[in-house]
Amino acid sequence: MALSSESIRNVPTGPSRKGPTGIEPARVTAGQPGSDKGTVTLEGDTARIDARGIYYKTLNEQIREALDLGARTVILDHVNGQRYIGAGLHAQGVTLVVNGVPGNDLATFMDGPTVIVNENAQDGIGNTMNSGLVVVNGDAGDVLGYGMRGGRLYVRGDVGYRVGIHMKAFGEAHPVIVAGGRARDFFGEYMAGGELILLGLGESDDALVGSYVGTGMHGGVIFLRGTVAEHQLGKEVGVAEPDAADQARLEEVVGDFCRVMQLDATAVLAEPFVKLYPYSHRPYGKLYAY
Amino acid sequence: MAELTFVRPEFRVRIDRETCIKCGRCVHQCGWSVYHLDEEGRPIPDHAKCAACHRCVTFCPTDSITIEKNPLAYKDSDSMSPAHRKAIWRQAETGGVLLTGMGNDRPYLRIFDHLLLDACQVTNPSIDPLREPMELRTFLGRKPDFVQVAMGDNGSGPRLLTELDPQLKLETPIMFGGMSFGSVSLNVHRALAMAAKESGTYMNTGEGGLHADLEPYQDHIIVQCASGRFGVHADYLQAGAAVEIKIGQGAKPGIGGHLPGEKIDEQVSTTRMIPQGTDALSPAPHHDIYSIEDLRQLIYAIKEATGYKPVSVKIAAVHNVAAIASGVVRAGADIVYLDGFRGGTGAAPTVIRDHVGIPIEIAIAVVDQRLRDEGIRNRASIVAAGGIRSSADVAKAIALGADACGIGTPVLVAMGCHVCQKCHTGCCSWGITTQRPELTRRLDPEWGAERVSNLVRAWSHEVAEILGALGVNAIESLRGSRERLRALGLDESTMRILGVKPAGVGH
Amino acid sequence: MTDHFRRDADSAARGLNRIGEADRRSAVRRYGGLPAPGSRVPDMGPRPEYSAEAEERILGGCGLMGVCDESGGRMSGELAVRSMASMHDRGNGLGGGFAGYGIYPDFPHAFCFHMLYTDDASKDDTEYYLARHFVVLHHEPIPTRPVRGIQDEPILWRYFLEITDQRLAETQLSAEDYVVHAVMDINAHINGAFVASSGRNMGAFKGVGFPEEIGQFYRLDEYQGWTWTGHGRFPTNTPGWWGGAHPFCLLDYSIVHNGEISSYGINQRYLEGFGYNCTLRTDTEVVTYLFDLMLRRHGLPVEIACKALASPFWKDIDLMPDDQRKLYSALRMVYGPALLNGPFAVVLGMGEGMVALNDRIKLRPLVAARNGSTVYVASEESAIREICAKPERSWMPRAGEPVVARLAEGVNPAASRSGEAFEVAASPAAVA
Repeated sequence: MALSSESIRNVPTGPSRKGPTGIEPARVTAGQPGSDKGTVTLEGDTARIDARGIYYKTLNEQIREALDLGARTVILDHVNGQRYIGAGLHAQGVTLVVNGVPGNDLATFMDGPTVIVNENAQDGIGNTMNSGLVVVNGDAGDVLGYGMRGGRLYVRGDVGYRVGIHMKAFGEAHPVIVAGGRARDFFGEYMAGGELILLGLGESDDALVGSYVGTGMHGGVIFLRGTVAEHQLGKEVGVAEPDAADQARLEEVVGDFCRVMQLDATAVLAEPFVKLYPYSHRPYGKLYAY
Repeated sequence: MAELTFVRPEFRVRIDRETCIKCGRCVHQCGWSVYHLDEEGRPIPDHAKCAACHRCVTFCPTDSITIEKNPLAYKDSDSMSPAHRKAIWRQAETGGVLLTGMGNDRPYLRIFDHLLLDACQVTNPSIDPLREPMELRTFLGRKPDFVQVAMGDNGSGPRLLTELDPQLKLETPIMFGGMSFGSVSLNVHRALAMAAKESGTYMNTGEGGLHADLEPYQDHIIVQCASGRFGVHADYLQAGAAVEIKIGQGAKPGIGGHLPGEKIDEQVSTTRMIPQGTDALSPAPHHDIYSIEDLRQLIYAIKEATGYKPVSVKIAAVHNVAAIASGVVRAGADIVYLDGFRGGTGAAPTVIRDHVGIPIEIAIAVVDQRLRDEGIRNRASIVAAGGIRSSADVAKAIALGADACGIGTPVLVAMGCHVCQKCHTGCCSWGITTQRPELTRRLDPEWGAERVSNLVRAWSHEVAEILGALGVNAIESLRGSRERLRALGLDESTMRILGVKPAGVGH
Repeated sequence: MTDHFRRDADSAARGLNRIGEADRRSAVRRYGGLPAPGSRVPDMGPRPEYSAEAEERILGGCGLMGVCDESGGRMSGELAVRSMASMHDRGNGLGGGFAGYGIYPDFPHAFCFHMLYTDDASKDDTEYYLARHFVVLHHEPIPTRPVRGIQDEPILWRYFLEITDQRLAETQLSAEDYVVHAVMDINAHINGAFVASSGRNMGAFKGVGFPEEIGQFYRLDEYQGWTWTGHGRFPTNTPGWWGGAHPFCLLDYSIVHNGEISSYGINQRYLEGFGYNCTLRTDTEVVTYLFDLMLRRHGLPVEIACKALASPFWKDIDLMPDDQRKLYSALRMVYGPALLNGPFAVVLGMGEGMVALNDRIKLRPLVAARNGSTVYVASEESAIREICAKPERSWMPRAGEPVVARLAEGVNPAASRSGEAFEVAASPAAVA
C-alpha cells in the first residue's frame, strides 16, 4: 500500500534558520525609523538643521527644540520625504525654511507659523490648518488644504487633484489658497468657505483646470485667471464676471501672492478672471422625497 | 335579485355620513359602478363590486370614504384557506377559469429581500455620488470578444478597427417593460414614450402595435413582435430603436393572450390592424417558432428587415431558463429579456400566474453564469424584469448579473395604479388598463410622464448612492459582481445557485 | 523558437530532468500523476496550503516605485531598495517585494520560475512536474543573506526553463500559454508550492518584511537590471505567507499595486471566462491577469489597455471627436467587466518596459519623473529624489493616463512586442 500523504508531510524540512538572527537591516534613508539626530547650528535667532537621513520624528523634535531655544527661523537642509513638518505648530512670528522635498501632511493643523519650501512638495499640505502661511516654490500634490479653516497656502507651480477640498471659513478665520500654475480635477470640491485662486501662469500644454470644478461647492469663492468650459464645472457652481469688490479683493490677495513670489502683480492682474460661486448654501435641499 | 353566491364581498366601503356632502363625485369616479345615489342623494355602495382601487377615496373632497377588509370570519383551515374556498365557489357557479391581472401575489420567498449589499470602510473609500462622477450609462447589445486598435502614426490618434454591432444606449439601467396599447390606454403609451425620452431610456410597445402619435419618440421605443403579430409590418419594425420577439411572459409562461373584442375600439383597431370589435387572440407559441433554429430564422428575418437593429428576445423565467437563454443567444439575439414569475400582466389565468415559473433572481444568476461558462456572456445583454419593486432590487439584479432592469408594474403604480389586480376587467378607474374614453381621459400623458420620469430619476439617484457606498463609480463595476452581495436567511443550495456567500463571510 | 533556445543533450542532463524521475513516486502517490499544462483537471485533492493561511482576501495600503532605463542601461537593485526604504512608513513590515528585468543575461530566453516552497515535498512534486513538462536548463537556490527581521522564509529556488517544440506541437499552445497553464497548475494544485514569477530575464523577489529588509535579504545589490519595481505593503491582517507580497507576476508581467480594486468581483468573473484561476486571495492578482489578457492575448497596445482599465468618463468621451468617441465607447462597452474601479496606483513591469497607471479619479498617489533615458515613478516624489536628486522633469500623472517607459528596440530580444501575437483562439468565446 502506498503511504498516506500525511506521513510524507511528517518528514521535517531539515535544519533552517528560524527566529531573529542575521544582520541588522541597513538604514539608508530618512524614511526608515532611527534616532540619529541632525547637526544643528544656531546663529542669532536662526537655526540650521541638516535633515539628511533624519527620521521625521527626530527632525520634528529638533525643530521644536530649536524654537524652544529661541530660534525664530529654522532652516532645514537636505530634507527628503520627512512627514509632518510644521504639523501642529502653534506659534507666531516663526518661519521654517525647507530645502528639499518635504513629505506628506506638511503644516497639518498648523496655527501661526510660516513654512517656505524651496522645492516641490507632496500631498496633503495644510490639512485642517488654522492659520499661518505656507509657500511652495515648486509644484504641490493632491488634497491640499483639506478642511483648511484659516491661513494662506501659496504654490508657485501646479497643484494636483482635490485642491481646497472642503475648505471652510468661520468667524474671523478665512482661508486662502493661491496656485500660480494649473490644477487638476475636483478643484474646490465641497468648498464651504474661503478663497481659491488659480493663476495659470507660464507656458503649458495643460488645461488651466480639470473637470468637476467646485463640485458640491456650498460656500466661498473660486477665481480663475482665464476661462472654464461649462462641462468642467460641478453642477452646484455658477459663473460670473468679478465685480468691483471682487476685483479689489483679487488685487489684495494676488498682490500679496506676487509680492511673496516676486512676480509682477500688474501683469498678472491684467488678464481677466472668472468668478465661480455656489448657487446655494444648501445644494441638496431638493434631493429628497418628502 | 342577484343569483345566490357564497362569495361574500372582499371589501366594505364605509362612508362617513356626517361629513359626506353628497357631491356625487364617488359615483362618477368609480369605474366599477360601486355607487348609486339614493333618493336623498346619498351615495350607496355595492360592496361586492369594490376593487379597493382608492379612486373614490382619493377624490372625495371631504375625506369621507374609507375601504376596509371585510372582517367576515371563516373557520380556520391553513389548508383550505378562505381564498381556496372562494375560488371553488366561483368556479362552481360559472364553470370558468379564474382570471386575474398584475403579478403573482402569493407569499413565495422573496429572494431580493434576503440579499444585502456591501459598502466600503477604511481600506477603500466610498465615493460621494453627489459630487463625484457616477456613471449609470448602459449599452445593450452584442459586444465582440475583444477589439482591435491601430495606433496612429505621425500624429493621428489611435483608431478602432473592430466594427461594433448597434447598441441601445440607456442613461440609466432601467427600461420600461412591454405593455400593449389595448391592455393599457393610449395615454399610458404617450406618457411612457415621453418619459423614456426624458429619462434617456426605452419604452416597449408590447404586442399591440405602435400608434401613429408615438412616432416622434421612436428613437426611444422598442417595438414588439409577438405571436399575434398585431400591427407588425415592415414600417413598424423599422420604426423602433430595436425589435423584441416576445416568446413568453413571466406572469403567464406558455400562455397566449386574449384581448376581448369590447376593448378593440377604433384606435386599437387601427393600431393593431384588426377589425373593430373582434377578439385579439395571441397564440401561445409563435407558429413559426417550434424550435430554436426557427427562432434564429425569425431573428435574422427581422435583422434583414430592419438593417440589423438589435433584436431582443423576451422569455419567461422557467426551470430550464439557462439552457434556453444560451440557445437564444446562440440564435443571434442581442438582448435576452428575462421575465420572472412575479411579472405583471393585463390578464392571465390565476392558476398560471400564481404557480408557473421561477423567481427572476434565480433566473438572472443561472443565465449569467451559464453564458459565462460558455464564453458567450458578451454576445448578448441581459435585461431582468418581473418582480423589480425598488432601486434596491435594481442594484441587486445588476450585481447578480443583469445589464439592466425592465419595470412595468412600478411605472403603472407611479401613474396611479393601486395594484387592485383587476386590469382584465377594463374598468380601471385610474384610466390605465381601460379603453373607456371617460376613464382613459383621466390620465394626462404629460402628468404621467413627469411622474414616471421622477421615479426613474429617484431610483437612478439611489442606485448611484449604492455604487458610491460600494466605492465604484460606474455601473459596469457592479454588474455581475456577486462578491458585493451577501445572503441572509437563504438555504445553502439557493446561495450556491445565486453564487452568493452568506452574510458574515468576508472576501 | 530561436536556435539559441534549443536545448542540447548536455544541458538537459545537467538539469533537473533526472532528479524529477527519481522523485516521481511521491507525486504519483499524492496525485496519481500530474496532467500536462492545459489539460482540464476537475479535482486535484487537497487545497494548497496558502489558501488556508489567507482565508479571506487581504486588503491594505502600500507604497510603490518603479524605474526603467529606456536605453537598456542596467541599474543595481540597490536603487529600488533605497527608494522603497524612503517610504518605509507606507508599509507595516508585513510584505515587501521587487521585480527586476534584465537580471539574468546568462539565460535571456529561458522562462525563469522563482518558486516558494513550504517544504521538501512540495519542492519534489513541483520538480517532478517541471521535469516532465519543461527542459530545465539550470536550477539553484535563490541566493539570500540572513537579515534580522526576516524569518520563517520558505524554500526559495529558481529554475531556468525551456519548452521543446514537440511539447508545443502536442499541446498546440504558444510557449506563453504553455507557461501560463503550468503556473496555474502549480499554484492551484501543488500543495505548498507557489510560482512567484515566471518571465524571461526577470524575477520577483518578495516576502514578509519591510521592503528594505527583503531587498537586503535577497541580495538585490548584486543584480543589475534595466527595469525595477518595488513595493511595501500595509495589509489589514497578518499573513504569514510570502506569496501574498507584491509583485504579482505572470510571464513577463509583474504588478505592484497600491489601493483596492472595488470591482474585484466582476473582474474575477470576467477573467475566469478566459481560463484564469483567481486563487491567490488578493485583488492585485486580477490586475496582472487583465494585463496579460489584454496585452498578450488580445494584442491591445498598452496605452489602449490602460484606457480600458481606467477608462475616461462618458462625459469626456461625449466631447471627443468622432473616431476617438467611437474608440473609447467601444472600449467601455467591450471591456466594462475589466474596468478597474476603486482607488489604485499600479506599476506594471514587462519585457518591453514599464507602465504606471492611476485610477480614473486619482484616489492613490503617483508621481513620475524623467532624467535622460530613465523614467521614475513612485508613490511619493521623495522616493524618486532619493535615487535621482535632480530629475530633468517631474510631474503628476493624470488620472487614468498611463506613464509608459518603453525599452529601446533590441534591448530585450525576449520581449514579445504587444500587438503582434494575436491569439484569437486563446479566448474560449472566440472558439465557442
